[in-house]
Amino acid sequence: MAKVIETRDLAVAFGKGDSPNIVFRHLNIAIEEGEFVTLVGVSGAGKSTLLRVIADLIPAYEGSVKVETEPDPGSRPIAMVFQAALLMPWRKIDANVALGLEGINVPEALKKERVERTLALVGLGDYGERWPYQLSGGQRQRIGIARALAVEPDILLMDEPFGALDAITRTALQDELLRIWRETRKSILFVTHDIEEAVYLGDRVLLLGDQPAHIVAEYPIAIDRTERRESEAFLKKVDEVKAGLEKAIALTNSGDRSA
Amino acid sequence: METHLLPPPSTIPPTLLSEIKTGIWQSMVIASLRHYTIGFVVGSFLGVTLGVAVALFARVEAGQAWLARVLRPIPPLAWIPFAIIWFGITETAAAFIISIGIFWINYFTAMGAVQAVDKDLIEVARAFGHRSFPALLRKVILPGAAPGILSGLRAGLGQGWMTVVAAELFGIEGIGQRMMEASGLLATEVVVLYMFSIALLYGVSDYVFVLIQQRILAWQR
Ligand SMILES: Nc1ncnc2c1ncn2[C@@H]1O[C@H](COP(=O)(O)OP(=O)(O)OP(=O)(O)O)[C@@H](O)[C@H]1O
Ligand SMILES: [Mg+2]
Repeated sequence: MAKVIETRDLAVAFGKGDSPNIVFRHLNIAIEEGEFVTLVGVSGAGKSTLLRVIADLIPAYEGSVKVETEPDPGSRPIAMVFQAALLMPWRKIDANVALGLEGINVPEALKKERVERTLALVGLGDYGERWPYQLSGGQRQRIGIARALAVEPDILLMDEPFGALDAITRTALQDELLRIWRETRKSILFVTHDIEEAVYLGDRVLLLGDQPAHIVAEYPIAIDRTERRESEAFLKKVDEVKAGLEKAIALTNSGDRSA
Repeated sequence: METHLLPPPSTIPPTLLSEIKTGIWQSMVIASLRHYTIGFVVGSFLGVTLGVAVALFARVEAGQAWLARVLRPIPPLAWIPFAIIWFGITETAAAFIISIGIFWINYFTAMGAVQAVDKDLIEVARAFGHRSFPALLRKVILPGAAPGILSGLRAGLGQGWMTVVAAELFGIEGIGQRMMEASGLLATEVVVLYMFSIALLYGVSDYVFVLIQQRILAWQR
């Protein structure tokens, strides 16, 4: 299978001058075409930063990021769901969802239809005419998801997209996302703090450690998706990842002390 | 002639009538409106444009800081002799004086408004394929700065009227000139009449402006 994302000895730095703040170093990850990879890690380890450098929003400091997709004129290669909803307050909801469709070669009528379809998908079909301030935090978060899905990307980068949602909506959207993924064979890199979510959704869970960050562990999830959520094997896997994260956090803290 | 601290209110309506009958009121108001409008449009346009540009280009920003610090504190009226030398005793001279105060207000508010635009939203626009400068300007920077720019324009609306009178003191026809004449004769009721006229003109223009502003900013809660 082809790799759609591959980082080579990647480092990202903030701040200029002699002592930039290096977020991660020698980061090597690869994501196969059609793969659903989830990423967990200590807060501040650099998960959002990794998504941003993959989306070419910030430059690599060292190493490289390779993104390979087959361009389709009616879609965008990469779309991102941000950790905060980040809607444009001066655009109505439907115009927010249409943001990525502006400037791609799709007939207007089809764009409108896509906006309506993705809005319905996130359960907000009747909200197109509202302003963002008229939505709740969780609803805004869902609009952020719709905005990314509307461009029908090959690669979907999602930064804690379900963080602000209640358990029921969250479960429904998880299954919706799995359905979309199965139907469209997107490659997905999904950041979450919820380990059960990571194990439920992912083909593979990556654990990002800190100081400076690197992938400390990788957990392939070889459990059939219909068997997840409850099965013994699922719960065991969740515990395993949890233990790994705890160890990473302990390492981070001891790193802090010695620093 | 009997002089009061303030002319009794009853003298205002007859004064207005006689000023209208002689046609003075109309021609003074129209003349002032013309200076005001030109000054407002030119001052606002240049102020907003340069303020936005300076905020966008860091190199210009550094260059302008001291120029602005030197020029900013000069009161518009101090420019009167230069206005006369450059433009003569003309409407252009009056409009120029009026535009100066309006310019600075808009220059600084537009600069601040652009600098305050949410960087995260610029990142969102880039993430969704709008990476060129014109696209970012149109889709994020200008809409994001609109509330600030509009409040600068509104402040300029009032500032403009404050300088109209002064800008006409040196012999250019308009409300200011008429007020000057009247105060020389201690005809305070005429002065007060034109004070009210200015208040009315400002009140109407500000009211209309707020209506437009609310339309443009309907997206704000
Ligand atoms: N613009 C920036 N300038 C300087 N430092 C930054 C910037 N953005 C992020 N950082 C730093 O980079 C590190 C990684 O940040 P990042 O947002 O990627 O963390 P994260 O893993 O997504 O955390 P969380 O789980 O809390 O969202 C943090 O230590 C943060 O302080
Ligand atoms: Mg984050």
